Amino acid sequence: MTYTELPAKLAEIQGDFLALEQPDRLLLLLEFANELPALPARYDEHPDLLERVVECQSPVFMFVEVDDDARRSVHLYATAPRESPTTRGFASILAQGLDGLSTEEVLAVPDDYPQSIGLTKAVSPLRIRGMTAMLARTKRRLRETGA
Amino acid sequence: MSVALDPAPKFAAYAHPERLVSTDWLQVHLGEPGLVVVESDEDVLLYETGHIPAAVKIDWHTDLNDPVERDFVDGTAFAAVLGSKGIARDTTVVIYGDKNNWWAAYALWVFTLFGHTDVRLLDGGRDKWIAEGRETTTVASRVTPVDYPVVPRNDAPIRAFKDDVLAHFGNPLIDVRSPEEYSGERTHMPAYPEEGALRGGHIPSAASVPWARAAAPDATFRTRAELDTIYRGEAGLTDGDKVIAYCRIGERSSHTWFVLTHLLGFEGVRNYDGSWTEWGNAVHVPIALGTDPGAAPSPH
Repeated sequence: MTYTELPAKLAEIQGDFLALEQPDRLLLLLEFANELPALPARYDEHPDLLERVVECQSPVFMFVEVDDDARRSVHLYATAPRESPTTRGFASILAQGLDGLSTEEVLAVPDDYPQSIGLTKAVSPLRIRGMTAMLARTKRRLRETGA
Repeated sequence: MSVALDPAPKFAAYAHPERLVSTDWLQVHLGEPGLVVVESDEDVLLYETGHIPAAVKIDWHTDLNDPVERDFVDGTAFAAVLGSKGIARDTTVVIYGDKNNWWAAYALWVFTLFGHTDVRLLDGGRDKWIAEGRETTTVASRVTPVDYPVVPRNDAPIRAFKDDVLAHFGNPLIDVRSPEEYSGERTHMPAYPEEGALRGGHIPSAASVPWARAAAPDATFRTRAELDTIYRGEAGLTDGDKVIAYCRIGERSSHTWFVLTHLLGFEGVRNYDGSWTEWGNAVHVPIALGTDPGAAPSPH
């Protein structure tokens, strides 16, 4: 498998994880969890705009926003409880890794990106599934909104 | 060198009160020699965000599952894990975790495969401890490794394999998954990733009792009377029944195994850990769809 076409930020995140030993990969994921940005204030008043990721064991909600520019730049916002740091970490990786990419670039991200960042041993494939679902939902949203 | 039992009146009504401790009990006994507190969560990072002081972490995936075969670790690996956590064969182990002790019960069940004698759950688990404002810490627990003997895993008494389930027809089965998984609806959800099974539905004749019904809103176990109503009343279990419980990979059904075995006193309860990720992918096994349990096929 090659990921030569990965967008720069996603490639950088992948490289950072793969450079670490297994236990340190978990700590890096925890750092991502702590960095998950708060939702923009406009969503506080519109919780109805958020979509629940039902594949995750924990209550995680996300929203995909597309700018009105020529490349239709994408922003992913997500929220998950403090008690679900792994899910927060996954959401944070995607929110940071996808932020500002064009719609076309996001749709081209390999569906198995979550399996490629070296976490399946430390985190288990079952848990990784939540991140795969978030990526799939992001893409589905973009297709639905007529990208 | 067993640590004193929790005399809480609620526990006295259960078949095996020695398998539970309350948060009050644990607060008093923390740090007592011969006691090791273990956190085991669904979320692999939760322990790192803060845990009960001196508690050690055991992860179901990285510590208890074999890294190559779909199986649990063997006696050598189990001994290495427990020894490294400061647990000796005669240590009193109290396990707690997130989500109604879901994964804590799974860890306890694996400890039981190796015959660890004194292993208990913290009633209410991590959620209750935190809800009560009790102390947690991110300070790494200092552990003095000890020797844990290599004990062969003894699956037969509490673990069922696919062939055991086929031979079990006519005896009670409990499906502890969600109603949508039981009926088979779940695999028909459009545009969502699959659950990892080629077929949906349930094992014919299995009663549907979602595992979390055994937990109260504060994550503690429901009382003896409430549990009797659910399992003896609604699910129709009677004394002497040999029960097999299953879910998707055997974790949720460990929780039900704990309830049936230690709280309600059923003997010979087995957990089919292959569960739906095996059954729903297996060739030539019977499956029932919908909310009706369906008739039990002939055992074979």
